[in-house]
Amino acid sequence: MANMAQAIRLALHYGEENLGVREIFGEDVGPPLGGVFTATQGLKHAWNCPLDERGIIGAAMGLAWAGFRPVAEIQFVDYIFNVIDLLKLAGNSAWTTGGRFKTPMVVMTPTGSGIHGAVYHSHSFDSIATKIHGMKVVCPSTPLDAYGLMISSIKDDSPVLFLKPKALLRTRGDELIPGEPEGEKELKAMIDAPIGDRSKWKPKWPKVTDYEVPLGKAKVSHSGTDATVVTHGRMAPIALEAARALESEGSIEVVDMRSLIPYDWDLIKASIKKTGRVLFLNEETEITNFGEHLLRRTVDELFYELKVRPRLLCGKATPGVGLSSVLENFTQPQKPDVERALRELLADPA
Amino acid sequence: MARDMRTPSAPADGYAALGAETLLRIHAVMVKARALEERLIKMSKSGDGFFWIGGPGEEAFNAALGLQVKKGQGTAYDYLHLHYRSSAIALAMGMPVVDALRQMRNVAADPFSKGRNFVNHLAIPQLNIVPMSSTIETQYATAIGTGIAHARDGGDAITIVNGGDGGTAEGDFHSCLVWANRPALPLPILIVVANNGWAISVAEDTQHGEKNISDWGKVFGMPAKTIDGNDPVESWLAIAELMSYCRTQRRPALLEAKLSRLYGHSSSSGANRIPEPDCIALFEARLLERKLATKEQLEKTWRENLAEVDAAHQRVKAEPLPKAESIWEDVFADGLPQSYPRNGGSF
Ligand SMILES: Cc1ncc(C[n+]2csc(CCOP(=O)(O)OP(=O)(O)O)c2C)c(N)n1
Ligand SMILES: [Mg+2]
Repeated sequence: MANMAQAIRLALHYGEENLGVREIFGEDVGPPLGGVFTATQGLKHAWNCPLDERGIIGAAMGLAWAGFRPVAEIQFVDYIFNVIDLLKLAGNSAWTTGGRFKTPMVVMTPTGSGIHGAVYHSHSFDSIATKIHGMKVVCPSTPLDAYGLMISSIKDDSPVLFLKPKALLRTRGDELIPGEPEGEKELKAMIDAPIGDRSKWKPKWPKVTDYEVPLGKAKVSHSGTDATVVTHGRMAPIALEAARALESEGSIEVVDMRSLIPYDWDLIKASIKKTGRVLFLNEETEITNFGEHLLRRTVDELFYELKVRPRLLCGKATPGVGLSSVLENFTQPQKPDVERALRELLADPA
Repeated sequence: MARDMRTPSAPADGYAALGAETLLRIHAVMVKARALEERLIKMSKSGDGFFWIGGPGEEAFNAALGLQVKKGQGTAYDYLHLHYRSSAIALAMGMPVVDALRQMRNVAADPFSKGRNFVNHLAIPQLNIVPMSSTIETQYATAIGTGIAHARDGGDAITIVNGGDGGTAEGDFHSCLVWANRPALPLPILIVVANNGWAISVAEDTQHGEKNISDWGKVFGMPAKTIDGNDPVESWLAIAELMSYCRTQRRPALLEAKLSRLYGHSSSSGANRIPEPDCIALFEARLLERKLATKEQLEKTWRENLAEVDAAHQRVKAEPLPKAESIWEDVFADGLPQSYPRNGGSF
């Protein structure tokens, strides 16, 4: 079973072989490292570039306009803030040119907390990313979704920001990637670079096949009837665990958004209509949090279907996430916080 | 204020080398650009459009550049990352004047932006003129990308990027120099700086300690020049030389052209004529002096171009404005999902 980093690598390999991807680049993306989370190890077209985020996004845009389908990496989302204006250009260039120029590029970047990453390796970017209109934004929570979302992102003619939850990059799912060998060890021996000298190493790629997770489509990862949690990325497995843990107290539906832009309002709406109770859950800070937009829309469109007030659980609005576990766990929602929030949501008298 | 502007006298052999036919082609583009820009200024002053920004004063250099572009669509042709003073480049490459007027009047038929963007913000896929943005210097970042495409796909096509002097203080200028000179993959980019000595109201020599902007080339050991951009012949020859270097060596070169800003920064600063050297007047004097053209010939060029601009303007006046609902077009490449929020809030 591939972990998420391996799944992304397999999708990029599929992209190189089948979707015309010829440029995969970023800081430490090429050999010998193959990405700080190994997501680009062994890829034919992965290369190292200068330590220059603006150059990276500018290069991706120019390549996209020239008809390439580049995949560029910002090493951590914490370092994406100085390219916001370039992402805006990537997002708006179809619109500002009246549809004359499309910008088919993928920018992937590790996001969020959960790796004791302190102030500059724990940021989330959801609210800013989702305000860069014209750019699509996706964030998987399982390796298979990561594989399918990456393939769809490469195929898409709009720029796509592919957020990789840092804390989940080493986690495994329970679904095989199409073409992946059954054994974890077998896959590792095929595609993971050896420790030490790698200069002679070449991966043996399994024959992975096409698999799309359509952009803009959420999934119900746990169905329920009493309450809905709408979440994505790192919080999705936590929500799933909480839903299972609380099975005796109520039936909780977990909606894993997968795409933040465009988002699957139809699915979210249908679930809220069914349960009348909803918690929006993410790890970004409060104050113009993306979940607040969903909450507002819920109030506007589903007011009379709600049994109780809709809720948001998210990161606390501090300038950063502190290093100490005491600080990080207090700042970011943890499993007990999610359970507490869901209990309250279930118990609130209608 | 006195500026370090080289006297606009190109070597006599430059004129001979180019020949009357090329010189008159350059002249015609310069005149077309001036006629167009002066009409655009009038439109902004008479309520026939809003903001104006453009290129009067850059015609000599830009015409010489635009006429030497290897023009076409795709990586076999040059890519251009331009700025808001580049109209003469696009006109030299064949952009119809009517299109610029359409963008000025923000009509639905504005081919560059459907009435969404300021004048002189071009986007012409057929000519590899990539989307132009108001954001200063970002074109030097995006030039890296088409530069890589050109480096990969070989051929003799190059990337050309153009912007002002003030913008070179931005990191994107540095990004372009670093990436273009990357030992792992040097890029065939002609990096141009159109130095008019000003960034809106701020004089270059109060903010830039480097003697010439082209001195940045020394750090990388790349060919770099500072030339008199008010002289089309000196411009043509320098562009030809550095373009040829980029095309054949598949490496970057840096070209700084010192030139005039004849109507100030934009309509925001009044768009009134400023007494700086006028490249067209200077060029016409030289052409007459060298008997490469007659007064009647030059006047005819003016008459024809003014008439063309006038006719195009009359046409555009009758064209409809964009439909309000058109804002939903082109947000995503594949259209808007049905559930995309479109109300602007709760109502
Ligand atoms: C990133 C950015 N900062 C500021 C501005 C506002 N602005 C528009 S033009 C300009 C001056 C540009 O000067 P220069 O690069 O010399 O170009 P010129 O207008 O002289 O051709 C400024 C500051 C902008 N458009 N973009
Ligand atoms: Mg200037």
